[in-house]
Amino acid sequence: MFWNRKMETLKGDELTRLQLKRLSWTIAQASKVPFYRKRLNNAGITPSDVRSIDDIGKLPFTVKGDLREGYPFGFFSVPLNRVIRIHTTSGTTGKPTVVGYTRRDLENWSELIARNMTMIGLKEGDVFQNMVNYGLFTGGLGFHYGAEKIGLTVIPSATGNTKRQIEMINDFGVTSIHCTPSYALHIAEVAEEIGVELPTLKFGIFGAEAWSEAMRRELERRLKLTAFDSYGLSEMYGPGVAFECPEGDGLHIWHDMYLVEIIDPATGERLGEGESGEMVITPLVKEAMPLIRYRTGDITKLMADGCACGRGQKIGRITGRSDDMLVIRGINVFPSQIEHVLRSLPEVGEQFMVYIDRIKYLDEMTIEVEMKKEYFHGELEDLSKIQHRITDALKDVLGLRTNVRLVEPGSLPRFEGKARRVIDRRESKL
Amino acid sequence: MNQIEHYLIKQISIFSENRPGRLAAIAQAMQEERINILAFSIAEADGFGVVRALVDHSERAYHKLTDMGFMVSFTDVIAVRMRDEPGGLYEIARILGDANINIEYAYAYTGKDAAVLILRVNNARDAIATLLKRNVTLMESSFFK
Ligand SMILES: [Zn+2]
Repeated sequence: MFWNRKMETLKGDELTRLQLKRLSWTIAQASKVPFYRKRLNNAGITPSDVRSIDDIGKLPFTVKGDLREGYPFGFFSVPLNRVIRIHTTSGTTGKPTVVGYTRRDLENWSELIARNMTMIGLKEGDVFQNMVNYGLFTGGLGFHYGAEKIGLTVIPSATGNTKRQIEMINDFGVTSIHCTPSYALHIAEVAEEIGVELPTLKFGIFGAEAWSEAMRRELERRLKLTAFDSYGLSEMYGPGVAFECPEGDGLHIWHDMYLVEIIDPATGERLGEGESGEMVITPLVKEAMPLIRYRTGDITKLMADGCACGRGQKIGRITGRSDDMLVIRGINVFPSQIEHVLRSLPEVGEQFMVYIDRIKYLDEMTIEVEMKKEYFHGELEDLSKIQHRITDALKDVLGLRTNVRLVEPGSLPRFEGKARRVIDRRESKL
Repeated sequence: MNQIEHYLIKQISIFSENRPGRLAAIAQAMQEERINILAFSIAEADGFGVVRALVDHSERAYHKLTDMGFMVSFTDVIAVRMRDEPGGLYEIARILGDANINIEYAYAYTGKDAAVLILRVNNARDAIATLLKRNVTLMESSFFK
């Protein structure tokens, strides 16, 4: 099933012409942002220098760290009165990355979600339970409006209270769910524990963290549904950027809205079809916050054309990261954020370690810190207060509950050269 | 005033993770230094604790443990000789309570010839003055040396 057959199956010259037109528009739109005006000037590039899609290679990359300079609204190319929604995502330090949407952006985003959901077979009459964080995280509202657009019956259940989620799936006859794959496994486990089956479920949309084929088999076996991989990032609106079709072999990245390249993360060199590297995306229709050659940090590859479903460009499933970003319960965390928080607390020493475990299918992050000796006055209560202060400060910045452990001074490893402060003990990161 | 200082006793408080062998490491260090641990207690929180010890050579213990990398601090406590009869603890708690002095924690020291209660209060000097006025027997710090 198609939501927008013409756009979804656009091919050849017709597609290239549209992409080029939109790329020129994007460059012009980006030129309204001081950061890009300077970048393009320095590179000696004017919008007219981009005459073919391949010319995109002349443009400089944008990295996540660049967005920090614009905090909060410096990357908006329209006046704030035209920005009708703001979301945030993890930044690389204490401040989040702010993303903004015009009315047209929100329409584009809903359109993407509508295409994705229609593509896998969802339609009016289906009941959809959206079990991700609503609010600043893009996964909640993004799917919500897209699902309403195609007329699904939407249950904005958000996260938490797993037993209640299970009860709603059965009481409301839910046919489709959206959540992180690890939360879906947690649901399966709780349902098994309380001896409840979920016979109405047919479709599972899983995203916000990378997951493996083994995970797919596990999810499909235990929840008796068909699992679909959903890819997105807040800088590109949110979820919906690329999505698995029923052929189940790769994700269609919506070619009329995103230009995708794969590069060698070390050299920045463009790689060919089938070669694994970092995905770089240039959005073609983003109005409030245009970006040029944005380095996603996600590792994937371009797949050969010719999907049986008739749609265009596909990318492989994400296999990892080119940077040190972690995904904890669907939330992106940069170790630099943790460092930034700890450095801002006077009681905390220089050293810290981060451990990530998966306990009962849910990610747990433990942070070990050494206290500075001069802040120890012999009282247990003071220590507990410091422990809570650290936990709260991390929660504020990461949006995530962590386990903070105070350890004896000198007990954490000291590093010569590159510090390895993060130990991911999850059996499979995917 | 000077008299009050005699009754201030220096407890050493040691930060310790809740993991096997930490208490043993502390005890072994004291043995090596021939320092006698007269009384101790452990307070635990989430993943860590504070070992509180009364030793006969607190300065030496402080330096030894600090050299070993432990985070150590001195804490003023007082030592109250308990009357060996029912209501002894109640009496002390009541006297301090009436004087608005809060007992933060307490642990016992069983000496050769006396049962002694070690008290950490929010205001040690006021507690000493109050208890002396009420004829409660306090042990001087020299008693533990
Ligand atoms: Zn397809």
